[in-house]
Amino acid sequence: MATLTLLQAVNDALRTKMRQDDSVLVFGEDVGPKGGVFLATEGLTAEFGAKRCFDTPLSEDGIIGTAIGMAANGLRPVCEIQFQDFIFPAFDQIVSEAAKLRYRSGGQYTAPMVIRTPYGGGIRGGLYHSQSGEAYFAHTAGLKVVIPSTPYDAKGLLIAAIEDPDPVLFMEPKALYRSVKGEVPEGHYTVDLSTTRTVREGKDVTVFCYGAMVPVCEKAAAAAAEQGVETHVVDLRTLLPLDEEAVLDAARRTGRVVVVHEAPRFCGFGAEISALIAEHAIEYMEAPVRRVTGFDTPFPNTLEHHYMPDERRVLDAIEATASF
Amino acid sequence: MTAMLQILEKDGAVVGELPGLDDGQLKELFVHMLRIRVLDGRMLKLQRAGRIGFVGTSTGLEGSLVGAASGLEAQDWMWSGLREGGAALVRGLPLAEYVAQMYCNSNDTAKGRQMCNHFQHKGSNYPSWSSVIGTQITHGVGAAYASQLRGEDVVHSIHLGDGATSSNGFHSGMNFAGVWKVPAVFVCVDNGWAISVCSREQTAAESYADKAVAYGMPGLEVDGNDVLAVHAAMASAVRRARAGEGPSLLVLKTYRMLGHSSSDDPSKYREDSEVAWWQERCPLERYEAFLTQRGLLAAGEREALERSLEAEIDAVIHEQESAAPMPLRSLVEDVYEEVPRHLRLQFNAFLEVAERRGEATRGDGAFPL
Ligand SMILES: Cc1ncc(C[n+]2csc(CCOP(=O)(O)OP(=O)(O)O)c2C)c(N)n1
Ligand SMILES: [Mg+2]
Repeated sequence: MATLTLLQAVNDALRTKMRQDDSVLVFGEDVGPKGGVFLATEGLTAEFGAKRCFDTPLSEDGIIGTAIGMAANGLRPVCEIQFQDFIFPAFDQIVSEAAKLRYRSGGQYTAPMVIRTPYGGGIRGGLYHSQSGEAYFAHTAGLKVVIPSTPYDAKGLLIAAIEDPDPVLFMEPKALYRSVKGEVPEGHYTVDLSTTRTVREGKDVTVFCYGAMVPVCEKAAAAAAEQGVETHVVDLRTLLPLDEEAVLDAARRTGRVVVVHEAPRFCGFGAEISALIAEHAIEYMEAPVRRVTGFDTPFPNTLEHHYMPDERRVLDAIEATASF
Repeated sequence: MTAMLQILEKDGAVVGELPGLDDGQLKELFVHMLRIRVLDGRMLKLQRAGRIGFVGTSTGLEGSLVGAASGLEAQDWMWSGLREGGAALVRGLPLAEYVAQMYCNSNDTAKGRQMCNHFQHKGSNYPSWSSVIGTQITHGVGAAYASQLRGEDVVHSIHLGDGATSSNGFHSGMNFAGVWKVPAVFVCVDNGWAISVCSREQTAAESYADKAVAYGMPGLEVDGNDVLAVHAAMASAVRRARAGEGPSLLVLKTYRMLGHSSSDDPSKYREDSEVAWWQERCPLERYEAFLTQRGLLAAGEREALERSLEAEIDAVIHEQESAAPMPLRSLVEDVYEEVPRHLRLQFNAFLEVAERRGEATRGDGAFPL
């Protein structure tokens, strides 16, 4: 097995599917000869030609709208939005069209497509190159929202997303693109959507996280272990549809829960987890659910490291929850 | 489509009608262009030394930036795309504010909140730009409507790149402007590239100027490396807008000589021969030749000017190097006019964690492009 970065695993997934299925296309801004600004699509135009991996004019609305048409007519588009922050010009096409085509046509027409987009902070990109907008999309019935945190999952989930019969928003934690490495099998394999991953077992406190917050929570859990607190860390991987049973099982196991995300707190994904537990597992809870999140502000620039949850803040919440 | 407007040949020879500028004004345009070139070089050095995060250069665009800015009056507004910093300097953005913005420090009027190259200057009617391509276009049209409604003698110039012509905002902005007949000038800086996507792949139209037809306004292609042609075209479009005759589109044909930004390697997607073709049409050299031929620039004067600009810029850099970073409380300020209760609580909780566990440390992530 090869050891790949998360970025290489994404590239490998695209290559694997493009080799296997001629209907898979990759397009977006700068994804062709340049290989994407993060180089996720490097080499694809060379291998598959400019009809299957190509640059588009600068219009996210155009990219996603045309992808819907392609998907409705037999292709499997995997389009890229260069930064998740720039997805909003296409919000209408995603929310009104891709997510609702199956429903409004009584299942006669569908949009099996993937929108890949890097999200999150940590690259000094300021308020328009750092946002975590998952909650906007997780609020949209008809979409699937997937966020990997390891190279293995990135490849397996992306292949599963491409093969999925419904539109999938695949959000890639750009802070992890090159900073995490891991073993990735060659060729085709999938990781089932709507399954969580247990990152670490523990009996005292459960931490739910996803994307770039997973390694942060792992470090905090290791530090908590030194203080004698055993943390159970769960990577949600797919926010929509969420594996609610897995979340509730993990919450019930410890009766103490911390939820961590970079996105703002108010109406963030942590609110959904917290509500789910309040509705279905309140009798098991020994402590209030705590959220460690970004501030309810736009994403800062020079002060980004203060905004993003880090090991200190997560550890603080784990210890407070453990000793409540 | 009429032919591209040109006044100076690439060797500086006059082939069109010179705008009515006196010798002092002609020379001043050169100094502005040279300042942009020198500033770019200095900023790139600071970026390589890790002092600032990112530079979106203007090298090659000096004629377009200075020509367009010099065609406006002081009361006019300029709506920015991503490379108009040099044009803003011409209209009054202080150099110290420019450099402070690049440092994103506490002297930055935007309080370090934006990435580098996101300038603003209220004093010269130059609003803050978001990084989201094309969004300023409709803003400029709305602001022009406001000026028109109040009967003010104000024109709005709305700047955008070739890539931005594909944005939703371009269609809506051009369409509304045409229907409302607002006092606006759309300035499309066609520098050949939108990151790695060339203009041929951005539009099937022969020229971006053709797009004006569909919105019921005149469109003119101008040699963007000819500062006098840009100045003349801009002055005339501004005059037309000021006279209530409506908006127009100028397309400035120029070339982004360097990468999209300090971290882009353009050799991956474009030919050296294309760069060389444009190098021969350098806006600075062309204008230098013109001024020399007219006896407005002595031998060795450009070098002397460069040295004095370098000294001017270095003094400003020196000042900004020692400016303080933004204080932490700015994290929750300016979200609303007043800091609301929930943000005060979030901030206090954050300070308590810092007290218990120390402050957050800066990561080593770097911007990819
Ligand atoms: C809506 C949106 N999509 C994508 C981007 C990423 N991006 C930044 S600059 C750029 C190209 C802009 O090209 P152009 O308009 O020609 O301006 P230039 O860089 O040439 O000055 C792109 C795609 C963005 N900032 N906003
Ligand atoms: Mg351009």
